[in-house]
Amino acid sequence: MATFNFELGELPPEAQKVRGEIRDFLDRALGGQSATKRALSWGGFDRDFSRKLGEAGFIGMTWPKKYGGHERNALERYVVLEETLAAGAPTSAHWVADRQSGPLLLRFGTEEQRQRFLPRITKGELAFAIGMSEPDSGSDLASIRTRAERVEGGYRVNGTKIWTSNAHISDYAIALFRTKVVPDKKHEGLSQFLVDLKSDGISIRPIIDLAGGRHFNEVHFQNVFVPDDMLVGKDGDGWKQVTAELALERSGPERYLSSIRLIIELIREAGADPGDRAAVVIGRLAAHMATLRQMSLSVAGMLQAGQNPNLEAAVVKDVGTSFEQEIPEVVHALLGIEPRLGSGSEFERVFGYLVEHAPSFSLRGGTREVLRGIIARGLGLR
Amino acid sequence: MNDTRTLLADTCARLFTDQVTPALIESAEKGAWPGALWQMLEENGLTLPQIPESRGGAGGAWSDAHVVLVACGRFAVPLPVAETMIGAWLLSESGLDVPLGPLTVAPARPADRLSLTRAGAGWVLDGVAGRVPWGAAAGHVVVVADSDDGPMIALVARGSAKVEPDVNLALEPRDTLGWSGAPVLAAARVGAGLPAGALSSAGALARSAQMAGGLEFLLSQSVKYVTERVQFGRPLASFQAIQHQLALLAGHTAAAGIAAQKGFAAMDAGDAGFEIACAKIRTGEAAGLGAGIAHQCHGAIGFTYEHSLHFVTRRLWSWRAEFGAEAHWAAALGREVAARGADALWPHLTSR
Repeated sequence: MATFNFELGELPPEAQKVRGEIRDFLDRALGGQSATKRALSWGGFDRDFSRKLGEAGFIGMTWPKKYGGHERNALERYVVLEETLAAGAPTSAHWVADRQSGPLLLRFGTEEQRQRFLPRITKGELAFAIGMSEPDSGSDLASIRTRAERVEGGYRVNGTKIWTSNAHISDYAIALFRTKVVPDKKHEGLSQFLVDLKSDGISIRPIIDLAGGRHFNEVHFQNVFVPDDMLVGKDGDGWKQVTAELALERSGPERYLSSIRLIIELIREAGADPGDRAAVVIGRLAAHMATLRQMSLSVAGMLQAGQNPNLEAAVVKDVGTSFEQEIPEVVHALLGIEPRLGSGSEFERVFGYLVEHAPSFSLRGGTREVLRGIIARGLGLR
Repeated sequence: MNDTRTLLADTCARLFTDQVTPALIESAEKGAWPGALWQMLEENGLTLPQIPESRGGAGGAWSDAHVVLVACGRFAVPLPVAETMIGAWLLSESGLDVPLGPLTVAPARPADRLSLTRAGAGWVLDGVAGRVPWGAAAGHVVVVADSDDGPMIALVARGSAKVEPDVNLALEPRDTLGWSGAPVLAAARVGAGLPAGALSSAGALARSAQMAGGLEFLLSQSVKYVTERVQFGRPLASFQAIQHQLALLAGHTAAAGIAAQKGFAAMDAGDAGFEIACAKIRTGEAAGLGAGIAHQCHGAIGFTYEHSLHFVTRRLWSWRAEFGAEAHWAAALGREVAARGADALWPHLTSR
């Protein structure tokens, strides 16, 4: 049996210093922001906010200075992530680019691609979407069928991507296409591309979520020309690359902090002298959150040390998203209030928002079932 | 883990693999004192890892004690190792000498009160303490007692109390000790270095580490079992329903492990109230859920006395409740969090 390696992660002094800086920034940028808005967490999309965050040096923090980065360490970046999440800052306009698209280009992209995209990402000017899922390929990502066929000077793309969050308001996507059909070997013949979402032949159709929100899209590609210089990494290496990208997508503190606003507002609601039942509930939630933070920090420490904590990240995401989803449940059991978006009470609105959005927490970025499969493989069960 | 701790973990694992056999645990359940095992533990410096050398300990840290206690939980070591560490800590932090041999501590339940009164040049002890681990078997009892001089730490010998024997679900001794004007071997004011509620906090911390170790056992034992056991022509491990249950167990095991570890690190840093509450709450919850999953994956064989799974699961069910169950610590922690206020939650978490 493979063993998990969760060592306590220590934050170095420079990371503690960054905490003060980002808190000051967030106080200024978000002062007076309502709890209801903050509850959107990293679902909030606000280009102005992302630009200000970029100007202040909090995007692309670990990247080389020559690409607009700040050459800070991974733990300094971690502190910025957890602080923006705890504050409920609207980070969606830079989140994907900072978390995975930029790092992917740094690792697999050409020098020209890095120079062209990374500096603008660090300024908070470029929003990226993720082009992975397709109508017939969700958890079974390797079965995707969207074709990128070789043509003069590039590729011609036909097919459909789905659940592409914020494609309609983003600039680019990094998408996984099939460049070669290898019979019975679905993991082969895949390649990753930078796609300009304004390209001819791309049509973006909204898919409204159950709460009436618009972030999902269906992105249709009809004879879309993608030039050679937009291929990321090697033609045919897409599966290996996308696996690395997913590891970045799954390893951060956003996988346990999505419901923190409801905990905070529950404590406010309970008051300084809560009854026994409320005290037990609050104490328990605090213990779970503190423990998850240690687990998450541990993964961050491994990333900083150059290790590859894919298994540990899957564990944190599985435990973390279960915790995020349990919070509205616990509030329901304790208070029996109605979740209402139109309530006059900020607390009830936050509750309403999270009741409706909680199901997505264990779907996005790899379902609970996919993660448990990864963990089971780590345990030697498959 | 640093190199010394890796070495310590290896020492424990080697010793316990050889010595803590089902036969030994069974005989302890019938009331036998595993004296030879105790002696080996003492000789290997495993009973007082975090006690200064000047007081007879190994001169290490609480994080060393953590390694030993996780192993004790993992192997279901039927000895008062945790109690000895805690008793010795209370004594040495209060300027008292640590006697050789196994110790226990009282009161183990926060509601029980003991009192010391002056008698001539010394003190005598009165009061009743329930659920004292190895209360009759331990060579000495370290007590926290009230006195006219304030709270005191005192040392009394085995035999100083009237004993009503009892056990927990794992048949570990949990005795009621009653003292009536009993002579005290040594006494001192509670040391300035000891936190409030030192005994129950350290007890909760120790049980957290033991539970974390017990969960490690449940995970590895369950993985082993489902890999070997064949039904419907294939190993249980190949069934997705089983894989997902064990992935869940792995999550609880990991959470319990780091929660306990953080508690010991905080002890070494000198301020562990918050982390100990978190550790006892998280490991206790993991213990209950983990035991359920492990039994489910083992089927009927795991529910027999013959199979050794229950040596750990019965301990987990009891340890969860000892030195304060989750509800006790969650209520205290919740009141603390509420008193600090909603907007202090995150700053407080990140200051730890």
